[in-house]
Amino acid sequence: MELIIVSLLNGLVYGMLLFMLASGLTLILSMMGVLNFAHASAYMLGAYFAFTISQHIGFWPALILAPVLCGLVGAGIEMFGLRRVHKNGHIAELLFTFGLALIIEKVVQMTWGLIPVPYRVPAGLDFTLFKIYGTNFPAYRAFMLLISALMFGAIWLGLTRTRIGLVIQAALTHPEMVGALGHNVPKVFTGVFAAGTALAGLAGVIGGNYQVTEPAMAFTMGPIVFVVVVFGGLGSLSGCFIASLLMGMIQTFAVVLDYSLADLLKHFDVVVTSTTPFHEVLLVPLSRIGALLPYILLVLILVFRPRGLMGTREA
Amino acid sequence: MTTQSLPRENVAANGGTDLMRRVLPWVIAVAVMLLVPWLFYNWNTGRHSGFVLTMMSEIGLMAIFALSFNMQMGQTGLLSFGHAILFGLGGYCTAHALNGVKAGTFWWPSELIPLIGGFGGLAFGIAFGWVATKQRATAFAMITMGLGELVAACALMFMGFFGGEGGISTDRVTNTSIFKLVYDLFGLDYRSLGINYSTPWQVYCLVVAWAVIATLLMRLQTQTPLGRIANATRDNFERVQFVGYDPARVRFYQFALSGFFAGIAGGLYCLVYEIITFDTVAAAKSATALLAAYIGGAGGFFGPILGTILVVLLQSGVSLLSNAWLLYVGVLFIVMVMYAPGGIIGIIAQHIPIVRIGRMSELIVPYIRVLLPGVLLVFGFVLLVELTSFTTIGAAQGKHFKIGIYVVDPNTFLPWTLGAAALVLGVVWLRLESRVFRRKWDALIEDAKAKGAML
Amino acid sequence: MSRTLGGRIAVVLIGALIAMIASLGGALAQGTIKIMYTDPLSGPFAQVGDANLKQMQYILDFINAKGGALGRKFELVPFDNKSQPSDALLALKSATDQNMPFIMQCSGSNIAAALIEAVNKHNDRNPDNRIIYLNCGAVATELTNEQCSFWHFRFDANVAMKAEVMVRALPKTTTKVYLLNQDYLFGQSVQRDVKTFLGKVRPDVQVVGDELIPLGKVKDFAPYITKIKASGAQALLTGNWGPDMNLLIKAGIDAGVDLGYYTFYAHLAGGAVAIGPGGDGKVRAVQSFNENIAPEIGNAETEKWTKDFRDKFPFDFYSAGFRTIFEYVQLAVTKAGSMDVTKIAYAMEGLEHKDFLGYDSVMRKDDHQLISEYFVGVFKKGVKYDSEKTGLGWATEATILAKDLMQPTTCKMKRP
Repeated sequence: MELIIVSLLNGLVYGMLLFMLASGLTLILSMMGVLNFAHASAYMLGAYFAFTISQHIGFWPALILAPVLCGLVGAGIEMFGLRRVHKNGHIAELLFTFGLALIIEKVVQMTWGLIPVPYRVPAGLDFTLFKIYGTNFPAYRAFMLLISALMFGAIWLGLTRTRIGLVIQAALTHPEMVGALGHNVPKVFTGVFAAGTALAGLAGVIGGNYQVTEPAMAFTMGPIVFVVVVFGGLGSLSGCFIASLLMGMIQTFAVVLDYSLADLLKHFDVVVTSTTPFHEVLLVPLSRIGALLPYILLVLILVFRPRGLMGTREA
Repeated sequence: MTTQSLPRENVAANGGTDLMRRVLPWVIAVAVMLLVPWLFYNWNTGRHSGFVLTMMSEIGLMAIFALSFNMQMGQTGLLSFGHAILFGLGGYCTAHALNGVKAGTFWWPSELIPLIGGFGGLAFGIAFGWVATKQRATAFAMITMGLGELVAACALMFMGFFGGEGGISTDRVTNTSIFKLVYDLFGLDYRSLGINYSTPWQVYCLVVAWAVIATLLMRLQTQTPLGRIANATRDNFERVQFVGYDPARVRFYQFALSGFFAGIAGGLYCLVYEIITFDTVAAAKSATALLAAYIGGAGGFFGPILGTILVVLLQSGVSLLSNAWLLYVGVLFIVMVMYAPGGIIGIIAQHIPIVRIGRMSELIVPYIRVLLPGVLLVFGFVLLVELTSFTTIGAAQGKHFKIGIYVVDPNTFLPWTLGAAALVLGVVWLRLESRVFRRKWDALIEDAKAKGAML
Repeated sequence: MSRTLGGRIAVVLIGALIAMIASLGGALAQGTIKIMYTDPLSGPFAQVGDANLKQMQYILDFINAKGGALGRKFELVPFDNKSQPSDALLALKSATDQNMPFIMQCSGSNIAAALIEAVNKHNDRNPDNRIIYLNCGAVATELTNEQCSFWHFRFDANVAMKAEVMVRALPKTTTKVYLLNQDYLFGQSVQRDVKTFLGKVRPDVQVVGDELIPLGKVKDFAPYITKIKASGAQALLTGNWGPDMNLLIKAGIDAGVDLGYYTFYAHLAGGAVAIGPGGDGKVRAVQSFNENIAPEIGNAETEKWTKDFRDKFPFDFYSAGFRTIFEYVQLAVTKAGSMDVTKIAYAMEGLEHKDFLGYDSVMRKDDHQLISEYFVGVFKKGVKYDSEKTGLGWATEATILAKDLMQPTTCKMKRP
């Protein structure tokens, strides 16, 4: 019981972090069809900006300034780069963001160095909120949950209650029609791209001191974010939310469960020994491949249900 | 329209020279490939440069890999993020087979070892392709990414087939050459010929031979019905369905065949390096194929070959000079994507109409005028990047930042201002010159259109 | 027509660029003893190669100041292998093209495995152009057992030795331990060797958990910490490195669980920053060197030498132990009296030397494994030299002498 509750909490925190990161990408991918490889790089930039800003001014200003900076960078990328590449097709856009990711990683290495930077949880939040079954639950994790919940709420309200939000919602599923109706689609695109990048930056501010802030951050977080976005489905923010929590929970609980395919076979009275073919694969416990489950799920869902969990369009 | 007014290729009369024209480029290419290593031959020690031969072997096998990738991307419109798994798995199959041949378990000629890799790649291509090609475009790309991550992770976890971190090592000197067979049949002493693939030169020749064969086969494949329909599927898959073909089936066949050739490249890798490790199935290898194919030009058939040459030289060559080479690759990539989406081949192809009307020489002066600010721009950019890299990451090239014989001290203002000035000046000047160039170019293209020389 | 045009342009491209690269090879200084050093100098593991390079350069300056060997100075030639065995083999080809006597590599047992095989084959096929492989950090035990080679010399303790040191460091009060390692050859070796030595040296200790994680994929270690706590373990033994180690320890400290961390690599770059002040007294690492040993044993000369490094560079001098490598090379070359690689190799095996800290060490003849002293450091406040400006540093908790680390070897070396 203790294990389940603690794992639930851990899964929730990790899932919400994934959501913060994936929400921006869902918006960008759904609206513009751009698979943005540089999204995780924006996450990394957010963390590094926050580190530098919090060293000079403080954490709380950094919470606001760093995402804004990331948003500006995103707007710049869209206006001067992506827009020109748009006419060459989706593959070209994808490759453009890929080259961008390489450049950003190198620039970060050159500016802040190769070793991790000491971006720490601010003193004001560095205490234990409560103890659950003898394990600390740091207040910072609660803060992360708070910010991500607020973010979800803000996006939800923004999309459903404001005029521009309605335009964006429409453009999520029918971008050509929105353009035909006379809205300034390029401006909307720039805005969404900037907003998505800013969201990733905010995720970086929060996540950077939860994890370790180093130049390889983007490279390690990147794939899992794509999995979440595709699994949740295009055009659906709530799908992204559910997918993030699901992935967080699956990865967390998989660690706790030590069952393998061999154990399953035991129920059918099949014993796996070291001479059985593929015994290495059959004896692998779930906890060992926990971090790989998202990719298996990705492949499965794309084969059987390509529009994702709650997607409104085909990928 | 009568049959007489349609122009017909008089094959009987021109057959000879036509064939010559088509075969000549291949002959020239092979001759060049075999001659270049001799430029670096060390006449004092009587040895080839192992470095140059290994790098050219790498170019050879990566070219096959990039061409097989282009079978998916350029020919069928399938962007795959996990192509390296076919390459690497083919290589692992080859490694196990090669160890079997070395141990004497079965006989297989050394020259045909890459074929085993090819069959391995084909088998995995069929297995993975069956899953991945159910979808197209973005969904396909994501599936291949997922598969790539899975295989790469498995390569570390399962020792039996993958040999774990240390990989599988082999010995290519198995004395099972075809030549030996022939010599034995005639009762001759094989040792006089001395072909046992122990030297880099002999392996390089084998790589060149396979590169030619693989390229030829892939080229012929583009002209088969499958190849043509694959192009159609890339351009308009709905119309293909109306014509009566199943796009999913077409994608599947292309995927599997590209696996065959990727596997051959994997087998060659095994022979050249005599070891195969998990990095051959990793995302970085897939990215290399993507870069090579795109930079070279996915539209043309030979584009990926050019791209491979450039990418391998960048990776292995420039990294000797600077540790910011990844940045240069990224910038090159972005510049190509923005201004030359057809790759190098695309750029070359754009010049064809002008060459046809015989006015190519008029572009020489405009090109020089554009090249000068371009060089200045590149110089300024590189200088600034290297200075920054040097101050933060540090003296990875020794203690001093050297350009040729000049020692540059990054702590003074001079190099920085020099670099910034060159950059700014280069940009401004380039914009001016490019306008002039553009006008000249447009005029020439207009003329070409008027004379009907456009493609 | 386009094909020949394209083909010709390609040819010119190849020619020009290769010419540029090949000319580089010959442009280096003559008259020095060159050591080719290959490690990742770019990409995700760039910090490893880069930090090593700087430390080695500092050490070589010192050794050259003392006269080098045979009247010639040593020169380090770096070659980025981008964590790929194929590039490391390219480095080897470049080194043999230029008749370099040594090639050195520290990071990655997969690259080391490729190099050992390649060096063996090359030396077999080219007896007039041989090369010695100096291994400064690839620790898979197989490299001095099943895969041992006459041309390979390892200067860092292998996994089995480090595992033994780690097990010996466990306090008597610890009876329950949890093992967590990365799921690949190295991590699996750590797992195996730690269990073997626990059985031999500390049969009273119970292994309550034994976990393998996919390399570099786990972002959130909180569930693992939960599991570890539920098992009742008092100590966590891990060979993890990089983010897998940083995130693990961070998660454990954040959760406030009462756990002792025993690691192989917490003292490397980035570890101190990742652990932070919250890890005071909790984290231990098996080390070949830390900057506080010299003051602890009163070796003023070495202390000054390491302090000068600290003043110059912003990171710890955790690989000062490399000085032993170069001192051995210097001694072997001098003993051989010539640059004949085979003679140098024969001279190096069996060599004994008192290292710069004053301890005895020997390059064992049977398997070419350096046997020297090893330390267990604990990360805490109040030390003379802190790590990465965190205010905490490594204090030596235990010193295991070379004579206690003589483990048996299965190496059957073939000598030329």
